[in-house]
Parts: sequence; C-alpha cells; structure tokens
Amino acid sequence: MALDPASIRTDFPIMCRQVHGRRLVYLDSAASSHKPRAVIDAITDYYERYNSNVHRGSYQLAVEATEAMEVARNKVAQFIGASRDSEVIFAKNATEAINLVARTWGRANLGPGDPVVITELEHHANIVPWHMLTAEQGIELRWIPIDANGHLDLTDLDRLLDGARLLSVAAVSNVLGTINPIRQLADAAHQVGALMMVDASQYTPHLPTDVVEMGADFVAFTGHKMCGPTGIGVLWAKSELLETMPPFLGGGEMIQNVTKEGFSTAEVPWKFEAGTPPIAEAVGLGAAVDYLTGLGMEQVREHEVALTGYALRTLTLRYGDDITIHGPTEPAERGGVLSFEYKGIHPHDVAQVLDRSGVCVRAGHHCAKPLMRVLGCTATSRASMYVYNDESDVDALADALGDADAFFIE
Amino acid sequence: MPDLEDLYREVILDHYRNPRNRGELDTPPAVRAEGFNPLCGDEVIVYVQLADGIIDDIKVGGQGCSISQASASMMSATVKGRTTEELRQLNRAFKAMMSIEPDPADDLSPMSGNGADIKLGDLEALKGVVKFPVRIKCATLSWHTLTQALEEAQATA
Repeated sequence: MALDPASIRTDFPIMCRQVHGRRLVYLDSAASSHKPRAVIDAITDYYERYNSNVHRGSYQLAVEATEAMEVARNKVAQFIGASRDSEVIFAKNATEAINLVARTWGRANLGPGDPVVITELEHHANIVPWHMLTAEQGIELRWIPIDANGHLDLTDLDRLLDGARLLSVAAVSNVLGTINPIRQLADAAHQVGALMMVDASQYTPHLPTDVVEMGADFVAFTGHKMCGPTGIGVLWAKSELLETMPPFLGGGEMIQNVTKEGFSTAEVPWKFEAGTPPIAEAVGLGAAVDYLTGLGMEQVREHEVALTGYALRTLTLRYGDDITIHGPTEPAERGGVLSFEYKGIHPHDVAQVLDRSGVCVRAGHHCAKPLMRVLGCTATSRASMYVYNDESDVDALADALGDADAFFIE
Repeated sequence: MPDLEDLYREVILDHYRNPRNRGELDTPPAVRAEGFNPLCGDEVIVYVQLADGIIDDIKVGGQGCSISQASASMMSATVKGRTTEELRQLNRAFKAMMSIEPDPADDLSPMSGNGADIKLGDLEALKGVVKFPVRIKCATLSWHTLTQALEEAQATA
C-alpha cells in the first residue's frame, strides 16, 4: 500500500508548528529527519522508567537498560540484514563510524603508498579521515570521477583499483542523489583483494538495506537521518574483521581485564564501545527502526521515487532553463535529494527567501567541497524529501522560489 | 520574522549587482588573503597595496551570497585611500555594528580608538543583517580577510 504522508505527518509532533506564521514545509531531511512520537516516547520512557548504566549493574533497572540497548542492537541488525547482532557497533554518528575504520583497521593495515580509493561525490566524512591517514601514514588517496549526469565514471576503475587496499563509497550522494552501483563496486574491489566500505548515511533511511547483498565489508550510517535521535550512528562490519581490528577508544566497557601492565579487550561489539554508551539514543534508534519497518522500506522507496519524479517535473515545467537541477534525471536512479541552482541567485539568498514562506532547504557546499569544485560552483540549494513530504511541499517550494526574483533579478 | 527588506536593502543589492573594485593586484607589491565561510562555502579574496600607511589600492575576488559579496564591495569602496589607523577603527566600528566581540587581532595598534566616532556611511545599510544571525558571518567575512591581508603586509614589511 502506498504511503499516506498526510497521516504520517500526524505521527510527527513537530509538524504541528508554524514558521513565520506559515505551515512548516520541511525539505531538509538529508541533513536531519524529524522524529515520530514513538521515538520521542521511547527515549522519555527510558529516562522515566529504567534509566541506569548498562553492562555493569545487577539491579533490576540496569538489567532492563542493558536488555533495551541490546534489543535495539538486534533491531538494527535485522533492519540491515546483518547475520549477527555483534556486527553492529554503536558509534556517535556515521562520521565516527568511518573514522573508527580509518583509525583501527586503517592504522593497523595501511602503510606508505597503500591506495585507498574514494569518489568525487563523497561527503567530507568519507574524505577527511583518509586525508588524515595520508598525512600520518603516507597512504595514497585515489578518486573515482563523476560524469556529466552525476553518475560515477567507472571507465578507469581497473586502473584506480590496481593495488588498492580499500574502496570507500557513498551509496547515495548527499548532493546529487545518485544511487551508486555498490554491489558492482564491491565485487570489483574484492577481485583485487581490497575491502569495501559503504557510507550508507543517505541510503539506509530511504531504501531497503541488506549489508550482505551489498557485498560490503564495512557499512556506516547515522540514526538522526532515519527518524532516530542525534548522537547515535552505526558501523556494521563483518565479524572476522572486527575480531582482528585493534580497539578504537580506550576506557571502560571495552576491556576484559586491566592491570598495571596493560589491558585485554572485551568481546566484539563492546571492544569498540568505550565509555558509557548512548543508551537512550540506542533505544530511540530501535524505535525508529520499528517505525520505518512499520511503514515498510519498499513503500518508503516507492513514495520517494514518485515524489522525486513529481518534484523534477514540477520545477522543470515551472522554471525551465531558469533552474538547473544537478544529478541523474531518472527518479529511479536517484534518492529524494535535489540540488539546484536558480537564475544564478546564490543558494544562501534562495534559502533565505524560501524561509520566509516556511520552506526549509539547505544552502551551501553540503560538506562536499571537492564535488562542488567538480560541479563548478561553491554552493547549491538542496531540497530533500522523506516519508512526511508530499506534493503540497513541492508546490510550496515551487511557489516560494519565484519570490527571490523581486530582490535579485533586475 | 524581521522583514527581508531589512536584509536586502537597495544599496546592498546595488553593490551585489555592480561590485566595486572587483579584480586582482600583482603580488608583490600587493598582498593577497583568502577567507572562507566554512558553513556555506562563501569565498572572499582581498588584494591590498599599502603605500606610506595608506590603503593605496584594493581589489576583491571570490564568490558567494549577496551579503558576503556586497559587504566586500562596500568595504573596498570605504577603505580605499584611508590610513591603516582609520581602517582599524572602521573595522572595530563595523564589527560592533554586527554585534561581534572585538577581536584582539583587530587591535594591533595601541593608538586604536574605540571606533565610536567613526562614520560607517554606506556600510550602515548592513545593519539589518544582525536580525538574521546566520548571515552575520557572511557580512564580516571580507573584514576578517582584510585584517588577515594587513597582518601579512606588516609581516613582510
């Protein structure tokens, strides 16, 4: 059954509020999604009924908190098709998850001249950790280019992968919306003995995720873009990799034994979760996963394909050559992320004018400055859609866009 | 919500559409500094040429939103021909108008006044930016970049 955004909106308390006296038209879910009542309630319930630290108390509250956190881990594992719960590591966000791989697997396994391959459409979170390893360990960073339609240009893939140790790619571009051929890339990486990491931050919230089907070795994503709270992200990795990787941060939770002479690490996944974990956030993420499962991820994807198609048609019909929408033109080849330029008006100014009508879009480089350079701009406006958006939101965007003319077009 | 008309005043839009002192200067003798607004990707490049403690020439490059580019244009028109001492006072007065705490780096000379008696002229049009806190950094980017260029000039002098 198709999603009913009008009814879904009633699940999200924030949708009741007005902005500058206008209905909230939230088109920035690629930056952060809103939270349904079920997620907010799960977090409140944790604090009100069984707040306590996990894995270290024998009293009832601690038992319940520990149980709730591990149930959340199980829910996430099921949601992404992981074969074991222990393959799900809770991190602060996707950025920390990627850094965890760079700092542990990368430091232990990469040396001078070892190639790590990324793409031109990566978020800074999948660029800077590798720049840091370039500076510290002399790895070689290689870039898969994009073509004019915002797809990866795989013409030179064999050469780029030659001798590579890791291929790390966003499953969906946070700027162009491009859905990348992850399975094909993973197979190509494995053929040369490289590992495959997937930045699924813009994928897992919007498409059915199966980490095994992806063929990945590492998958990173964040909770707050998928109806969950901030402060929690996930690294999924194959058990055999996690077993041999050195720990990330040192401290409580991640140890088996500590003496004056040294320490031994806890089992996976706790080996990578030093300190008191984000318990309420994990519980909230579990509730978010339940919520999305209830909607059905196939239906979420169908809804976004239809709405993206409507947005592409509406904006193009309305504004023709005055608007440039970056990325693939086929809705089936992209996520619900539309980066655009309008009449040469700077995105910051476009976003400011749209805000007056309660329309929230992002303006800037979207943490993808190398991609901006490839696109030949310093910034774009970006409208991104989710389960609570419908055609009326796209219409509101299209209506408000023309208001910018009064200020900027002579 | 404050009116957008407060932000996009006509004099600002005029500087945005017809930026003054746009271009480059040879370095040396001029110095060059780049400023970035990491939030939105605005870029301002300032070239300054000093002669006997006077801003002999200034050119501005880069790209960004109307506020950052208009502010850079207005700044260039205001400071050209001024002494570095006047410029420091202008800088302080402008930052004060933008509700920004004085930066010790802006106060290189013990002779600097508090800027209260300085006339900002056209720059006053940017006052409305304060009502849009996210945009304050757009307005001040060129001033930060100019300060940087002057530090560079003094270091190489």
